[in-house]
Amino acid sequence: MSDTESLPKRTSLYPLHKELGARLVDFAGWEMPVDFGGVVEEHLNVRSHAGLFDVSHMGEFLVEGKDAEVVIQGLTPNDVSRLADGQAHYSALTSETGCFIDDILVYRRAENRYLIVVNASNIDKDFAWIESRAEGEVELTNASDDYALMAVQGPRAQAILAPLTDVDLAAMKYYRFADGEVLGEKAIVSRTGYTGEDGFEVMVASELGEKIARGLLDKGAAQGLKPVGLAARDTLRLEAKMALYGNDIDDEHTVLEADLGWIVKWKKGEFVGRDALAKQKEQGAPRKLVGFEMVDRGIARHGYPAFVDGRSTGLVTSGSFAPYLKKNIGLVYLPADTCQEGTEFEVEIRGRRAAARVVPTPFYKREK
Amino acid sequence: MLPDDRKYSKEHEWIQVDGDNGTIGITDFAQKELGDVVYVELPEVGAAVASMEVFGNIESVKAVSELFSPVSGEVVKINDKVVDAPELVNADPHGDAWLIVLKLSDASQLDGLMSAAQYQEYIDKEGKD
Repeated sequence: MSDTESLPKRTSLYPLHKELGARLVDFAGWEMPVDFGGVVEEHLNVRSHAGLFDVSHMGEFLVEGKDAEVVIQGLTPNDVSRLADGQAHYSALTSETGCFIDDILVYRRAENRYLIVVNASNIDKDFAWIESRAEGEVELTNASDDYALMAVQGPRAQAILAPLTDVDLAAMKYYRFADGEVLGEKAIVSRTGYTGEDGFEVMVASELGEKIARGLLDKGAAQGLKPVGLAARDTLRLEAKMALYGNDIDDEHTVLEADLGWIVKWKKGEFVGRDALAKQKEQGAPRKLVGFEMVDRGIARHGYPAFVDGRSTGLVTSGSFAPYLKKNIGLVYLPADTCQEGTEFEVEIRGRRAAARVVPTPFYKREK
Repeated sequence: MLPDDRKYSKEHEWIQVDGDNGTIGITDFAQKELGDVVYVELPEVGAAVASMEVFGNIESVKAVSELFSPVSGEVVKINDKVVDAPELVNADPHGDAWLIVLKLSDASQLDGLMSAAQYQEYIDKEGKD
């Protein structure tokens, strides 16, 4: 590790985080707010009102040129050709084994002009991977440092953001986006998020991040908009059963095992990992990521071992107290024949076995 | 202000002695550091607890922390209210959210602990580091 790598990076919202009294931690090489004083309160406020998240640490790549669609199509399981201008989808960069190099969002800005949003921890790896596989007439740009990205999430998100932008939010469907202005500055606004709530993500030039965040918090305060740290972001996404790279998905579990088969579009043609996934689909995945609730007392956390009929079957990938549901929940890979809802298994918590039960997911689903 | 009717440990526990027994809890400083407490694991009544050893666990949303006993003794009472409502630790750490009562086996161990004023100085210093 070089010296420059060991110094945490800061997003353009850093001065604001400090001012708001954030507890800061190193996350994927970034000094990020883990909370602003109360994880549970932040979590609940997103479910009842709205929260503002700084997600500027995430990476943004531009993939442009005559062969841009072909390149992305070859690296991801979802079908990019189905995207209209101003539409995005959830997808992945898959390995030859059908596992995850990363999970990503692909935005189609125009024909053969794409924006890809990737996890902060994977920026260098992903960019090198795409570069190594990109053939033909295509220009790749790692624009990660050029953008500040903020999420406004919660039932009041639209009411908060609508008066501050010329983008028609009421007409914007889920996973659509548009160029426009937010608080008088150029922005890309998308109806996307990672909380299980309705909400938007706002991308602006990185030097404008702090100004826009301050403006949003100021104008949104009357509607209950408050800052949210990474800790509540994690519990919110877990209640909504959205996968976290490095926990629930990685380069050792396939897209099918991760229960994300819906992002594989078999009719689209070739992509990296397709053969491995097709074979697994035919034979059946040996294990599957399932949601569980603790039956006994205790919180099963990331990395705790799970046992089915006394046999060790792997590790809990995510686990936490769920602030909205007020239960101890988690995700775990279990053998395919023990994945049925209601199946009981055990998690070892500090040397003690505690009973857990497979439950339907998402754990939390908002009312529409 | 820290109550001065008790002693404090470097691991941010307090102990209030009444006759042969000592009531133990975590300090306000500790609960603030932890954040929202969502789970408390305590020993059973009758268990032997040794000074400076782990007697239980306390969990916030993000992390698990061990509870260290300031003194040795036998557990004579545990606070079921805290087990059922862990958020009590955030609300009243020096009062209703006491954790266990120990029958002290060696009262001289109390001499190694801090007074309220000493503990205040200790956390002021720790906060600056």
